[in-house]
Amino acid sequence: MTISTAPKPATRAGRTASALDERLTISAPLRRTLNKVFPDHWSFLLGEIALYSFIILLLTGTYLTFFFDSSMQEIIYDGSYTPLRGIEMSRAYATTLDISFDVRGGLLIRQIHHWAALLFIASIVVHLMRTFFTGAFRKPREANWLVGVGLLVLGLLEGVFGYSLTDDLLSGTGLRIINAIFLSIPVIGSWLSFAIFGGEFPGTVIIGRFYILHVLLIPGILLALIAVHLLLVVKNKHTQYPGPGRTEENVVGKRMFPVFAAKSTGFFLVVFGILAALGGLVQINPIWLYGPYDPSQVSAGSQPDWYIGFLDGSTRLFPAWDLYLFGYNIPPLFWPTIVLPGLLFTLLALYPFIEAKLTKDRAHHNLLQRPRDVPVRTAIGAMALSFYTVLWISGGNDLIADKFNISLNAMTWIGRIGLVVLPPIAYWVAYRMCLGLQIGDREVLEHGVETGIIRRLPHGEFIEIHQPLGKVDAHGHGSLQYGGAPVPKKMNHIGGMGRAIKGFFTPIEEPPARPAISAEPEKQGELTGSGRPKDPEA
Amino acid sequence: MSSHAENGPPGGAQPMPGNPPQPGPGPTDEELARMSREDLVVLGAKMDGVEVVYSELVEPGSTAERRAERQVAAAFTGAGLAALAFMVIFVAWPWEVETAGGGFDLSTLYTPLLGLMMGLAITLVGIGVVLWAKKLMPYEVAVQERHEGASPEIERQTTAATLVDIGNSTGIARRSIIKRSLGFGGAMLGLMAIFPLGGLIKKPGTALFETPWEPGMRLLTLNGLPIRPDDMRPGALQTVFPPVEGGTRSADGVAMLIRLLPQQVTDYRAREGQEDFRWNDFVAYSKICTHAGCPVSLYEQETARILCPCHQSQFDAIDGARSIFGPASRSLPQLAVEVDDDGYFVAKSDFIEPIGPAFWERSS
Repeated sequence: MTISTAPKPATRAGRTASALDERLTISAPLRRTLNKVFPDHWSFLLGEIALYSFIILLLTGTYLTFFFDSSMQEIIYDGSYTPLRGIEMSRAYATTLDISFDVRGGLLIRQIHHWAALLFIASIVVHLMRTFFTGAFRKPREANWLVGVGLLVLGLLEGVFGYSLTDDLLSGTGLRIINAIFLSIPVIGSWLSFAIFGGEFPGTVIIGRFYILHVLLIPGILLALIAVHLLLVVKNKHTQYPGPGRTEENVVGKRMFPVFAAKSTGFFLVVFGILAALGGLVQINPIWLYGPYDPSQVSAGSQPDWYIGFLDGSTRLFPAWDLYLFGYNIPPLFWPTIVLPGLLFTLLALYPFIEAKLTKDRAHHNLLQRPRDVPVRTAIGAMALSFYTVLWISGGNDLIADKFNISLNAMTWIGRIGLVVLPPIAYWVAYRMCLGLQIGDREVLEHGVETGIIRRLPHGEFIEIHQPLGKVDAHGHGSLQYGGAPVPKKMNHIGGMGRAIKGFFTPIEEPPARPAISAEPEKQGELTGSGRPKDPEA
Repeated sequence: MSSHAENGPPGGAQPMPGNPPQPGPGPTDEELARMSREDLVVLGAKMDGVEVVYSELVEPGSTAERRAERQVAAAFTGAGLAALAFMVIFVAWPWEVETAGGGFDLSTLYTPLLGLMMGLAITLVGIGVVLWAKKLMPYEVAVQERHEGASPEIERQTTAATLVDIGNSTGIARRSIIKRSLGFGGAMLGLMAIFPLGGLIKKPGTALFETPWEPGMRLLTLNGLPIRPDDMRPGALQTVFPPVEGGTRSADGVAMLIRLLPQQVTDYRAREGQEDFRWNDFVAYSKICTHAGCPVSLYEQETARILCPCHQSQFDAIDGARSIFGPASRSLPQLAVEVDDDGYFVAKSDFIEPIGPAFWERSS
């Protein structure tokens, strides 16, 4: 302990802070945290939505466990919902009905939980697309990409286990299909199915087992992975888009406190508020309309939650190819439900390493790329998205066939053919679009921004005047290099149209005086044939 | 994180005691004591590799500032009111369902109103905080240096040497008998750890090859009544269950008894060796789809096609329930039926093949 000559703090807050620091030596790390700079861009908020949805899932899910009973014991329902009174059902389904009808505000929390689950996966998927298309997965962030893919896969499983718990007709049908998927696995299928279901389907234990996975094991792993995900972001510092002053060696943005933290807090509350409103106003999974699970019944239009739709689609599209090996059977269900997702997620996880291998790019990258500047990757992404979209739409092909009066078999064939034909087309279209956008950017840098001002030359030719973005050479060509950042395409992007006046109904500030447009065009100098100002020296 | 971390004197808004005198470029305690708060903030940022290159604050006392203040205050007040409304509705609104399953009463509005108020309350606080941050806190552009990539050579060399030293002092490299026995013990321990999962294993045995059906068992409806041929018109379908305890919940015994139309009887083709499975114009098939196990429950009487609503597999009831479209590869197993002496339908035997989704051990 050294004797300090610094003045003693005068305020109570100062004395508390001082006392804390004497015990924890926390000043330096605290200040570093407060001063940490985060780059600002809307697309960096997508992952935050996933994080906030997860917090809301933990809160609402904990509440639901106070009332839910995962037992599959059959009881006679005697609750408030009259149409199902006197009907035999499992305790799991009955307690879910109780949450919906006999717990004050229970339905609200149940529906918030379901909406938050849908948003959780949706925001992870969009966040993943942002990370992919901007190249944010490149060195040094490959590990965090792997953690992210792990979070996505676990999130999907967590969702499936969650909607399987209610034991209504829809979720029971889902369980039956899950059982068939386990059965289809070569060699161990029947043993695996019997181990998981505790005997022949449906048995009496599966909901209890899925319940403990859903509320303890998987959320625990998710929480740990989310912590690692965030720690790696802090350790590597966030990537940023190229722009003025932004380099590979710095981060340009806002310090964590107060602005960034305040905005994030506000954003969390807005996400929570919207989910709460959805949970109250927009019905989701009305299990009381489906009735209890009964192996001999099913309702038409049985669809899983949206994020499993692509696997339902692949199952519908896959041809009835039965394979027999030495008298043993590999059923067609195995390929679209185990092999396909296995391949898709493996490719997804390995993508950063595949790209690094093929491009031989081993450099550190902190600046993001615009998708147009990496046409091959963007085209691969478009290809994958079109493949996924065909599968996803096919997951609801019976509904589309019904609503649009298309033959169901035609929908299946459209999906089968589309799955093969569309991805290459998407690749080609995305690739050409990237090149076109690149050309557009370079054209503006070379020839300037279109002003919208049409001029008639003395010999009658009409030209559009272009505003160069920087110095021009003897031919009127701009000398600016493309920097990987958006190029202004309109005059108001470079302040050429004046500033918008603040105020909603009435202006709250005086509009600045604007100079009148000169009525004497000859004073503006000579123009070249393509509308660029002619260099007076030339 | 950064090399500035080690010589960090206390910073933040309040100067704190306990600053160890350090050699180097940092200010002395006397200099520190003379520095203003602004200077200290800049110094702290610099020590963290941060430079605020631009900062703009809304003009104090301006119209824009007062307006922003009012907006933030309005959002927070609105949030408070909505939260209050939530609490009042939660307690006072009639919430117990009276006419569930149709009909409208005040309780129908309970959940929507709760959601609306909770959503408003939380969203408005969020909007207030965001407006506060955007309009009243400084707009700044801060630049922070990154310190990344490989560590300095001195750190790498010393750490690597320490690690090797640790390895050497255990002698793991030299003591191969310890290494091998540890490998063996560790591997066995790992295996042992997963063995308790073996408690989950149940022998499938013949369970997947059998259903509750036995010769002479009557086909029962959902209400537990036996069926006579006259009970069904041509073109009708009846879901039937085995007459056992819990038979109506049987996941493998459930079947469909179909009475074909006269024309369909003429066209009927049985599967090989199953020619005597039908009884006059009646056929019975397993209701469990051979693809993924959903109950196939849509029957088109004109074409005698059976459709599974889960993945749209289609089966032809005239053609031994052969799979004619979609992902299912196998026919629905047929239940051999006849009519007993009392005139009721009975099964002649169990299904002769496994019903439902396929698996490795089923041989055909």
